[in-house]
Amino acid sequence: MMTLKVNGHDHQIDADPDTPLLYVLRDDIKLNAAKFGCGLGQCGSCTVIVDGRAVLSCVTPLLLLEGKQVTTLEGLGTISEPAPIQRAFMEEQAAQCGYCIAGMMMRAQALLQKNSKPTDEQIRSELEPHLCRCGTHMRILRAVHRAIRLMDTADAFPAAHRSAQ
Amino acid sequence: MNAPVILDRRRVLAGGGALIVSFSLTGAFAQDQAPAAAPAPKPPGSLATTPLLDSWIRIDVDGSITVFTGKAELGQGFKTAFQQVAAEELDVSFESLKVITADTSLTANEGYTAGSHSMQDSGTAIQNAAAQARDLLVAEAAKRLDLPAENLRTENGAVISSDGRRLGYGDLVAAGMLHVQAQPKSKLKDPATFKVMGKPIPRVDIPAKVTGGAAYVQDMRLSGMVHARIVRPPSYGAQLTDCDTSAIEKLPGVVKVVRDGNFLAVVAKKEFQSVKAMNALAAVAKWKETPSLPKQDDLLAVLTGLPSQDSTIFERSNPSAVGQKTIEATYTRPYQSHGSIGPSCAVAQFVDGAMTVWTHTQGVYPDRQGIAEMLRMPPANVRLIHVEGSGCYGHNGADDAAADAALIARALPGTPVRVQWMREQEQAWEPFGPAMVTKLKASLDRNGAIADWNFEVWSNTHSMRPGGAGSLLAAQHMAQPFAVPPPKPLPLPEGGGDRNAIPIYSFPNAHVVHHFIPAMPLRISAMRALGAYHNVFSLESFMDELALAAGADPVEFRLKHLDDPRGRDVIAKAAQGFGWQKGQKAPQDRGFGFAFARYKNLAAYCAIATEVEVNRETGRPRLVRAVAAVDSGQVVNPDGLVNQIEGAIVQSMSWTLYESVTFDDTRITSIDWQTYPILRFNSVPESIEVHVINRPGQPFLGSGETGQGPAAASIANAIANATGKRLRNLPLTRKRIKDAIDA
Amino acid sequence: MAGVAAGIVIVGAAAAVALTWRPSIAAIDPPAPQSFDPDLVKRGRDLAAIGNCSDCHTLRGGKSFAGGFPVPTPFGTIYSSNITPDAETGIGRWPEAAFRRAMRSGVNRDGQHLYPTFPYDHFTNVTDEDDRALYAYLMTRQPVRAPARENQLSFPLDQRFVIAGWKLLFLRHGTYQPDSTKSAEWNRGAYLVEGLAHCGACHTPRNVLGAERGSAQFAGGDVDNWHAYAINSQSLSPVPWNADALFTYLRDGWHPDHGVARGPMAQVVSNLSSVPDSDVRAIATYMAGVFGPPAPDRKRRGDEVLAQARSPAESPAAQASGNNALGASIYAAACATCHETDRALPYGGINLGLSTAISSPDPRNAANTVLSGVRAVEGERSPIMPGFAASMDDTQISALLNYLRARFSNQPAWTGVEKAVEDARRTQTVFLQTSPGPHNAPADATQRAKP
Repeated sequence: MMTLKVNGHDHQIDADPDTPLLYVLRDDIKLNAAKFGCGLGQCGSCTVIVDGRAVLSCVTPLLLLEGKQVTTLEGLGTISEPAPIQRAFMEEQAAQCGYCIAGMMMRAQALLQKNSKPTDEQIRSELEPHLCRCGTHMRILRAVHRAIRLMDTADAFPAAHRSAQ
Repeated sequence: MNAPVILDRRRVLAGGGALIVSFSLTGAFAQDQAPAAAPAPKPPGSLATTPLLDSWIRIDVDGSITVFTGKAELGQGFKTAFQQVAAEELDVSFESLKVITADTSLTANEGYTAGSHSMQDSGTAIQNAAAQARDLLVAEAAKRLDLPAENLRTENGAVISSDGRRLGYGDLVAAGMLHVQAQPKSKLKDPATFKVMGKPIPRVDIPAKVTGGAAYVQDMRLSGMVHARIVRPPSYGAQLTDCDTSAIEKLPGVVKVVRDGNFLAVVAKKEFQSVKAMNALAAVAKWKETPSLPKQDDLLAVLTGLPSQDSTIFERSNPSAVGQKTIEATYTRPYQSHGSIGPSCAVAQFVDGAMTVWTHTQGVYPDRQGIAEMLRMPPANVRLIHVEGSGCYGHNGADDAAADAALIARALPGTPVRVQWMREQEQAWEPFGPAMVTKLKASLDRNGAIADWNFEVWSNTHSMRPGGAGSLLAAQHMAQPFAVPPPKPLPLPEGGGDRNAIPIYSFPNAHVVHHFIPAMPLRISAMRALGAYHNVFSLESFMDELALAAGADPVEFRLKHLDDPRGRDVIAKAAQGFGWQKGQKAPQDRGFGFAFARYKNLAAYCAIATEVEVNRETGRPRLVRAVAAVDSGQVVNPDGLVNQIEGAIVQSMSWTLYESVTFDDTRITSIDWQTYPILRFNSVPESIEVHVINRPGQPFLGSGETGQGPAAASIANAIANATGKRLRNLPLTRKRIKDAIDA
Repeated sequence: MAGVAAGIVIVGAAAAVALTWRPSIAAIDPPAPQSFDPDLVKRGRDLAAIGNCSDCHTLRGGKSFAGGFPVPTPFGTIYSSNITPDAETGIGRWPEAAFRRAMRSGVNRDGQHLYPTFPYDHFTNVTDEDDRALYAYLMTRQPVRAPARENQLSFPLDQRFVIAGWKLLFLRHGTYQPDSTKSAEWNRGAYLVEGLAHCGACHTPRNVLGAERGSAQFAGGDVDNWHAYAINSQSLSPVPWNADALFTYLRDGWHPDHGVARGPMAQVVSNLSSVPDSDVRAIATYMAGVFGPPAPDRKRRGDEVLAQARSPAESPAAQASGNNALGASIYAAACATCHETDRALPYGGINLGLSTAISSPDPRNAANTVLSGVRAVEGERSPIMPGFAASMDDTQISALLNYLRARFSNQPAWTGVEKAVEDARRTQTVFLQTSPGPHNAPADATQRAKP
């Protein structure tokens, strides 16, 4: 039995300690976003965030995660209240089949949390571990750039609040 | 000048006219009483085979509307597009409709979602069915309001009279009102008045996909569901000689080990337990293998050496056109992989003699037929429901995974069984895009125009899809196996290996031969664009080789030989958007390329101009930018269309520069992304522009496969322009380019 | 007496001045590329590949040979120069004599001393003929305008005359002299290794003044934050090297008994893959001699390790884990899934009993690999290993490394593992990739795995 913190909640996980996080997320906690693409750490579809950094959940066994915070796409926002990265991907319609997209978004989110204004070069380099077979790459890049702008405005104080200070 | 002869069985059989269909109607419309001898025209699109309106549109008494399509959402955005089409013709808001896709219990049999047919077949059927449904509702309202139909209009799900009286669709619809045959013609809305169609409506499936909603068959979780993993043979034809499963059955969580001849699988309660059990089972399975694979490095000799059925598919002769300068070239394509990002998956449940399978197959009806045959069950007792998977790009492992799940589910009655293929299994066992060879020869007259043209293509069939159990791996591997059905060529005008082998250009003399190869050393089937990818790559590369020999600009050279006005428009648009100038010179180490095709010579038109940079020290090719123009007839969702073309260019770039299946004499060795590398972000171009030429009111033209062929040729032509060396063997790898430069 | 002393000082000063000051060689107009014989250019290309010139003289993602590549040294950072034939910022105006002088004596056309980061202490051995071919090759490359970057050295190291002193102490001029008692192939290998291939520049330890220690040739050195293993009789590889293994490794970029070349070595083997077989074989033959035949107990251990790697027998996991249950469980859960399958190299994880990194004097290479994994090569078949920098913290990585050391080597435990991991994490700009296109012969049954 192990306690795993996911998206701000504690979960009691009854699984072998060598179980990859991906299976725990999907099979035990019933989350959908992180996907099985290869199980070999080669495609990025399984990417989630652990303590602020993007990790490939298919090659991250449970035993490494004691005391660490796991964030999945579900933890960023919902359809009615999407996070900037989710809004960006919706507004850019940055998906064809969409299977690779959750992993891309988590990697981008981790990047933007560390570096709020990455260059196009840096974004491309950061996304190198991720495969997209439909060829949606141009839109994915546009969506990340859009997310940068959205996160910028999301941080700004609303005018009313400002004047009250 | 002799008219070209297109030797095409389908046209011959159909007598050059429409199929003969006649129905008796019970609805409000009177049938044209045509003389018995003349055939009645059929309704458009898939209405021809599924003519009842309520097979497509259902309106409930509470006013809710459901649209049915036999096609599947593959990630192309069809669900959204069909919703737009229906909403437009029915005059309801986009949000008020629901679309139900491929389900053998609920929707029409529209075969496969393939061949870029969906808009042409299903979209057209929905459009017309919706228009006719609307007219029936108006007619009903006219009766009730005692007003002529011309005084009525529809808006937001209601019929409204000029004096403001309003009857909602729910009030108007009566039992069986839509249970009528479709008419051959419909009163379609004027494109100038479109409110929903032709607009970039956001896709209905994306919100769930970006917030972790259940969106794929991989996300299904049924109560009591168990997890299965297959242990596939290590190679084609391998025989399981020994397998002591006793230890496996005792592993934690294991529910069952299934063995049926060479079909081997293990089922466990939790997913990771099934993975571990699979590994343990694979370790104790002993196989006898037989080397049967040809020489990977010599596919040219392999393919042209296999027995073939040869047919001339196009012939045109004009003895007065004489060529003075002749060139020839041979182009090759290796086996290539669909490489779906999500390995295939299916869920099946067998309850009281009825089998239900949730699957991402492209064809629920044909796959059902195969599965029913495999299980020796009546098809009526087998239901296949399409649930999205990752992009399939043709016939991948989806149909097989569905069969696997069904076979295992039968061994565990009542329990939902989920089968998930592993990455290595998807790469090794999916049916590949066939290897192909083309040989071209043409000559130029003294004015630099093509005087005669010869094109020969060697290829397997491009479809081994089910129907028929023998197409399914599980059925081939069972103790009482089903034989792989004999391969058949896909008939023209669509074709398979000969798709786009017939040039769209007009040449005074032309001769096109299809060498159909029945023997399939590697498992093959349909992969996006089928033969068109390689045929257009060859044809358009060769056009450039001829242009060079004629000292002509590649764009001008193509226009010189092309009559089709829509083709000419698309070429001009792409050239203009790119900034193509006759006599241009690319910057140092860069080259410009151009290519054009009309997919299948009857679907969407696409022209693509590219700029490629080649590093002369390493040979590394880099696509800098691409500019495309596309004409797909009436555009339904312009953003969806652009998305498809952008994707086609990037996907084709990966195929063209990097991809080939590898194998030794017995096994497929390209079994993961290490050994079958595809494009990563460091190769993505700086920009892709897509210009859409909308043709309001024109028939929909399939666009899902129109970009791949031109992209390949355009890139090849740009590389030739950059390096002065022509490469003809796919993929155009860094090493091949470097060797060509160094030679 | 004073007179003699003064005389020595004066002579010494004169010599010093003479050494320090080198004449400038007159600039020429950039020669036309067509003026060079294509065969000579081809020969130069092969030599440049052996010399690995592109690796230091090309910024990653930049234009070939345009320089600007930062080379960290204990004395500061040196930026490589632009050796494209650009007239203003490259060597376009250099006559062949100037190029030859740079290779032979480490002096540029203006007469300035070059920092020995440019390994002219090796290139001095290159024959005039080979210099001519290299010159022809470089002068026919694409000129790139890229002004030199300022080196980051502190005074007085930023004064080039200081190098004169260094050269006086450490530069042995002259072309390689063949050894008539050895075969032609051995001699060819010696000429290449001691000269262009400059293996010792990475694989030999250096003294405080940054020169290779002549008495410790090939005893192991440092590059970036990597250890370049000892490649002489002090080699610590679990399986001893021989000429055939060296040839395969250098030609293909990997060997089943040793692993895959990564880090800085990946570029070396990538360049060597385009070089004639005979030259690679010559290098292998010479180096096999440098390694020398293994001592009997070393050979025996090598055989044992190989046997263990090939059979899925019980490994001494229990004894090794001892009080390192954390390391053992991490290995079992995160590593064994790839490193203990029957999938052969280069696409299966190497059996770690064969890994030199784990037997290495310090844990740097192992730490680098665990942190960064091995990245895909664009569009080419190559190994991919995920990195664990984000999923493992320093405690976990240290426990893992200690476990690997105890289980998979017969060397004493590492010290300072935690610090090494911390340092490795910090310098994680380490670009970890294998050479493109490890040999993937389709008929090679050793590369199969269960589908």
